[in-house]
Amino acid sequence: MTELTDLSIAEAREGLKRKDFSATELARAHLAAIEVANSALNAYVLPTPERALAMAKASDARIMTGEAGPLEGIPLGIKDLFATKGVRTTACSHILHGFTPPYESTVTANLWAAGAVMLGKLNNDEFAMGSSNETSFYGPVVNPWRRKGSSAQLVPGGSSGGSSAAVAARLCMGATATDTGGSIRQPAAVTGTVGIKPTYGRCSRWGIVAFASSLDQAGPIARTVRDTALLLGAMASHDPKDTTSVDAPVPDYAAAVDKGVKGLTVGIPAEYRVAGMAPEIEALWQQGVAWLKAAGAKIKEVNLPHTKYALPAYYIVAPAEASSNLARYDGVRYGLREKGHDVTSMYENTRREGFGQEVKRRILIGTYVLSAGYYDAYYGQALKVRTLTIDAFRRAYREADLLLGATTPSVAFEFGSKTADPMAMYLSDVFTIPSNLSGEPAISVPFGTGEAGLPIGVQLLGPGRSEAQLFAGARVLEIADGRP
Amino acid sequence: MSLPDGWEMVVGLEVHTELKTNTKMFCGCANTFGAAPNTNVCPICLGLPGSLPVLNVRAVELAMAIGTALHSTISPSTFHRKNYFYPDMPKDFQISQYDLPINAGGYLDLPDGSRVSIERAHLEEDTGKSTHLGGSGRIHGADRSLVDYNRSGVPLVEIVSGPDIRSSAQARTYAAELRGILIATGASDGRMEEGSMRIDANVSVRRTGEPLGTRCEIKNLNSLRSLVRAIDFEAARQVELIEGGATVRQETRHWDENLGSTSTMRVKEEADDYRYFREPDLVELVPDQAWQDRVRDGLQPMPAERRTVLTRRLGEPAPALLDALEVVIDLGLDSYVIAALDAGVAPDLAVARAANEIASDLEGLVNLGVDSYVATLLMEQRGELSATQSKTVLAEILANGGEPASVAASKGFERLASGALGEVVAQLIDEHPDVWSRYRSGDEKLAQFFIGQVMKLTNGQANGKEVIAELQARR
Ligand SMILES: [Zn+2]
Ligand SMILES: [Zn+2]
Repeated sequence: MTELTDLSIAEAREGLKRKDFSATELARAHLAAIEVANSALNAYVLPTPERALAMAKASDARIMTGEAGPLEGIPLGIKDLFATKGVRTTACSHILHGFTPPYESTVTANLWAAGAVMLGKLNNDEFAMGSSNETSFYGPVVNPWRRKGSSAQLVPGGSSGGSSAAVAARLCMGATATDTGGSIRQPAAVTGTVGIKPTYGRCSRWGIVAFASSLDQAGPIARTVRDTALLLGAMASHDPKDTTSVDAPVPDYAAAVDKGVKGLTVGIPAEYRVAGMAPEIEALWQQGVAWLKAAGAKIKEVNLPHTKYALPAYYIVAPAEASSNLARYDGVRYGLREKGHDVTSMYENTRREGFGQEVKRRILIGTYVLSAGYYDAYYGQALKVRTLTIDAFRRAYREADLLLGATTPSVAFEFGSKTADPMAMYLSDVFTIPSNLSGEPAISVPFGTGEAGLPIGVQLLGPGRSEAQLFAGARVLEIADGRP
Repeated sequence: MSLPDGWEMVVGLEVHTELKTNTKMFCGCANTFGAAPNTNVCPICLGLPGSLPVLNVRAVELAMAIGTALHSTISPSTFHRKNYFYPDMPKDFQISQYDLPINAGGYLDLPDGSRVSIERAHLEEDTGKSTHLGGSGRIHGADRSLVDYNRSGVPLVEIVSGPDIRSSAQARTYAAELRGILIATGASDGRMEEGSMRIDANVSVRRTGEPLGTRCEIKNLNSLRSLVRAIDFEAARQVELIEGGATVRQETRHWDENLGSTSTMRVKEEADDYRYFREPDLVELVPDQAWQDRVRDGLQPMPAERRTVLTRRLGEPAPALLDALEVVIDLGLDSYVIAALDAGVAPDLAVARAANEIASDLEGLVNLGVDSYVATLLMEQRGELSATQSKTVLAEILANGGEPASVAASKGFERLASGALGEVVAQLIDEHPDVWSRYRSGDEKLAQFFIGQVMKLTNGQANGKEVIAELQARR
């Protein structure tokens, strides 16, 4: 028998059903792996072994009585942005010091209802603001991958760097993640994992610590397309507690995985060929085109005008919303409080101490772009770019069912290499941001490796609620990449 | 109080009313007044991380009812965030409507015949309540502050009038009429003393015919009396400033009820930049026509219409009756008065017993049917009950229920036998010859002395008017 931690979720479901092993054994195998590797990777900020074993025991009982849910006994890691009832939830920020929510996020509640087991809370960039997981109050996460012939540590992407690293390093079978500007797809791409950002509203935002409410969307990271589909099927729901949630039944994503791309038109956006993009990524992108064609898809060049404005627009809209969403962390009711001689100095001391550099930068930018006298020039313009982006996608989807592009302009980079230059860091999300602005789904799937042997991801994009087709397309690429 | 000749005040009012919903604006917490601090709270109205607002449909309905009554246009609307830091605001922003309010435009016609335009009536959420201990009672300089979030997220409608009001009396009439409308729509209980209706007044002055002057906003006026006093004080202050060669500074001012004066709260330069932007957690609110029609059809008659109906029924009501009439309209006791009038009860009696006796025990109204009200008043009018006895019977029915005739009987209220009153009066005249001679020589108020003595001797069974008639007959 292979290592239990190497199994895919689909394989583990079969094994549990056949009683080859128990949910408790599966949980123990993962807890042991965490015990061994977490100090080096720092993927988990709070392992919850007791809870994991209790949940696994309950899963075993349900398997015995034939009441197993679709994810019964599957051990998962939970990004620290998701509120977990009775379990510390801080969004990896000092300002939420010791905060233990009395409520559960809808996404995790759905997972527990499906029988999944929680291994612990995963590291992320503070309030999901970052592309390298270097802004976490709990320290950076280390990518389990190394450049060929080098022992230099690399970043796991961000902001869901704990999720991508833990999945890649077999410290969980799958993880929850969130994507505001690429925070699922970019870490998946640089760790050789699969990540999907669903349609805005497909997963409820209830109980997910807000970064930029009109862009935030939860999704899974896992090691295979099928696992990702299984997880999203359980995470997604229409939620009356989130009025922006999609009011439509959740399709059977897992059943769509093997549908293929025959007869579909795949568009290749010319604008996704940007200066500074690694040639190896460009080459693999072209190879992806060839594979989809071989699988029966029609290929068509399409245009996504205004793509170059998406990044600046995002870095106005997201900080603007964040400046408001993060105002509540003021020391009055919960989390960190630093004393002051009056209420204003208490606010100032608390927020100075509680927020890290990147979060402060974005709060300042966001406050500035919403201020009287600047709103029209910045926020107002950014909203127009957002409308143009939505429009451009709508036009492209008249010509093509899906679009194919690179997920990131580069492979995993070294710690500190971009922290001094925020613009270089922000460019990591240049291909992922447009789908957040449009609210449409996109999936990143591993597709070969670059020269240094590091994983590269390609991205399939689709119109609203086309997740099933994205899974089918991603599966074709996965097979082509040698993982039948 | 009026301004010096040649001066005019220009006033616009912003009225905040709490909506009488069962639950809060964006969560399921109870919307009640007076619960123990921080007991009606949840992750949403405490602004805990990851919580999201869900709009209360009943609040929307009540806002539409207010808008309909104010002749506003109900339109698709959106919510914005008004960002500023204050400890009683858990999210450090208030969800409010901004450029697209649910009710736009409209007007309110006042009983004095004037019309005040309405700019908007929009939905927003209330804040919690702070208590500052030590220092001046304000947040700065306080030793410690306590916050109760029970009120946080209670639905509000803010009704903004045009700058059409020209006197404190008109402002009072406007506020009173608006209060009547809020009660009639079922949107509010109009209890100003509990803070369920709060008024901000924008006041400026100008020499007649000149353009608008610089305005000051007086915050949080909690009674009609404060409203009148604050506006008068503020207008006079501004006139004095200008006449003394100074200028009015645009600012927000605080009304001190004890000092009877306004003082600076913050000047314009210190005003917060609220950084309004669309609330991304809420979708556009688009009430369809059918919903708007249901709200319109469900509206009860407004005070103005009821005032017209009642006034017509009363004929030209005596001026002394007008205040009592307003009480009847305010409390919605129209049906009692109209039924009494239908049965032939005199107008002043039909109005007075409702405006005084019923008004003093509104909770007892469930015990007093319209028929019992009419029957009691008829007994009084026929002289079977004295005024005092009639009031006692109404009070008893309001408190404990019962039929007027049997209540009167159980109280021992029987009409004095004819002739009996005359005997009592004659006896009193004998006992008090000096009072009697002063009364005879024209001191009319001494009639009250005899009425009082008669009541004492007859256990209140006599009728005041009949006593006077007996006295007159002997004069
Ligand atoms: Zn609540
Ligand atoms: Zn307001």
